[in-house]
Amino acid sequence: MSPSLTLVLLVGVLVACGVTLILERSLSRILVGFVLLGNAVNILLLLVSGPAGAPPIVGLSDDEMADPLPQAMALTAIVITLGTTAFGLALAYRAWQLRGTDDVQDDVEDDLIRRRAERDEVSSTFEEAAPGAVPDEEGADQ
Amino acid sequence: MIDQVVLLPVIMPLLGAGLCLVLGRSAAAQRLVSVIVLALVVAVAGFLLHRADTVGPQSVDVGGWPAGIGISLVADRLSALLLLVSAVVTLCVLLYSLGQGVAEYGRATPLSVFHPTFLVLSAGVSNAFLSADLFNLFVGFEILLVSSYVLITLGGTDARVRAGTIYIVVSLLSSVLFLVAIACVYAACGTVNFAELALRMPDVALPVQHVLQLLLLSVFAIKAAVFPMSAWLPDSYPTAPAPVTAVFAGLLTKVGVYAIIRTQTLIFPDSGMNDLLMWAAILTMLIGILGAVAQSDIKRLLSFTLVSHIGYMLLGVAVGTELGLTGSIFYVAHHITVQTTLFLVAGLIEYRSGTTSLDKLGGLARAAPVLAVMFFVPAMNLAGIPPLSGFLGKLALVQATADLSGFLPALAIGVAIATSLLTLWAVAKAWNRAFWQPAPEESVDRDHTDSLHGHGRPAAGDLRTSDIVEAVEDTRLPRSMAVPTLLLVVVGLALTVLAGPLFALTERAAAETLDRSPYVETVLGSER
Repeated sequence: MSPSLTLVLLVGVLVACGVTLILERSLSRILVGFVLLGNAVNILLLLVSGPAGAPPIVGLSDDEMADPLPQAMALTAIVITLGTTAFGLALAYRAWQLRGTDDVQDDVEDDLIRRRAERDEVSSTFEEAAPGAVPDEEGADQ
Repeated sequence: MIDQVVLLPVIMPLLGAGLCLVLGRSAAAQRLVSVIVLALVVAVAGFLLHRADTVGPQSVDVGGWPAGIGISLVADRLSALLLLVSAVVTLCVLLYSLGQGVAEYGRATPLSVFHPTFLVLSAGVSNAFLSADLFNLFVGFEILLVSSYVLITLGGTDARVRAGTIYIVVSLLSSVLFLVAIACVYAACGTVNFAELALRMPDVALPVQHVLQLLLLSVFAIKAAVFPMSAWLPDSYPTAPAPVTAVFAGLLTKVGVYAIIRTQTLIFPDSGMNDLLMWAAILTMLIGILGAVAQSDIKRLLSFTLVSHIGYMLLGVAVGTELGLTGSIFYVAHHITVQTTLFLVAGLIEYRSGTTSLDKLGGLARAAPVLAVMFFVPAMNLAGIPPLSGFLGKLALVQATADLSGFLPALAIGVAIATSLLTLWAVAKAWNRAFWQPAPEESVDRDHTDSLHGHGRPAAGDLRTSDIVEAVEDTRLPRSMAVPTLLLVVVGLALTVLAGPLFALTERAAAETLDRSPYVETVLGSER
């Protein structure tokens, strides 16, 4: 079986666009990227099912049948993509409602650690003895 | 006819979920249905384990379609054991959430969503454990992921939406990658059934095999939070409600580990990837635990230890011998129980004190001695203090690794022991600060924190706990939350007491998994 070049190219282009969009910050763009990727995968499933053939119902035709299994998989995948996209859109709307933007935020704790690192401070868990009474760096010098 | 029992762990929770939605207006009826369904799943899982151990793997072809075309479900020792442990843990978490329900979710939150979603999650986990083909495994993953999306953003607060977004985007990406892997496997072998793949994969050209294996491994590594695909987990888990985090930590990553064990042993038995897996295991253990010792919040600390200990399970798979696999399976069973217990205890601490930040906690050992015991026992178990089950699992893994010779296994042993020690350090620090030392004085602590971290720190703490603090008036532990936690502590100890029979069982499971022929014959033989 030699796969159709058109479909292979189509999958490639869709994946490229999808990946580009997923790297964005805004959740709605990420979701559009995910939809593109999902479609790319569905076409990939179509691609691996081999050449087109007669409808896969026994007794309908004497020609070679199309492989029905990947079609069933693609159908399932489409449904799942639909459901998750709907949920993602609702989430993006909720984020916009709360913050006025649907940009994916940095982790709060990560941000904290980064700020600490810039100021060259140690983690707060290292002040083992008597919190509050620990001398800071200026105190230690005296 | 008795084979049809294999279907029940998937079907019952789904039916229960539907029933819960219909009964959405009556909280009492919802609770009753959920508890009954999950208790039945525990019973069925126990029965399946018994059958799988005495008679052999149980399989059923759904709807009578033969394996390879239709969907098959198989319960061998490995699947049934993990199914039983996960069912017990799920039931305990459900009981705990019943106790917590009113206090945490409040009036504004649609409570009626929780029970159906939780049951669907349980169905997804069962489906993933029992599935006998890659595509049904994908469907199982999707069922549990979609319900986990709902659970992790429960209530829709700002912090949960932020954490949920990261989790969802990562999961979506891994799902797409999984589909790509399935399409490629189908293109190479013309089937997605595990048993048929086991027979056909050796005929595939080696480079293609490696591509397929790497694709599948990356997908499962994302799900199991294996380094370098682990960064999403500590970011997203700690914000969710305590029972949700507990069940995620216990089950979702282990489903990924199970998928790695299943595909590695069944489809790619003599792969050249074991060194790669061992590197991944070493780095996961090390990076995870180094993250854990730096944390000052109990939930985040636990999330990092979760990542780190996934490395142990991976180590056994990487060793690939019967003893290694035995250690892995034993460790999965142990870790599901212990990690879930610790997250439930963290939820109790949050309920008791309004925070899980180690900077603000203190003196809990005197104020809540039962809570202290409930934290101490699983924490020591996690660190691997003899004679607890964590020690036995680690011992088996280290022994299995020691049977290999060379630089890499030696390094792995060193890292495994170092990780165990660092885990002890991390949990001992949490114990000291939260339970042992006196509570920090509020004003001093606040000034100190402000001067140290600028405005960032209090904001972060408030963000995370604001919706809970208001609800806490009566700080005594409600019995309905404490009893299920205590139950899980006891289950964890039972794993230690019954370690002999359990270890023998996991040994048989590992032998059966490595042998492959019982599995393949059960799936393919039933109709031919």
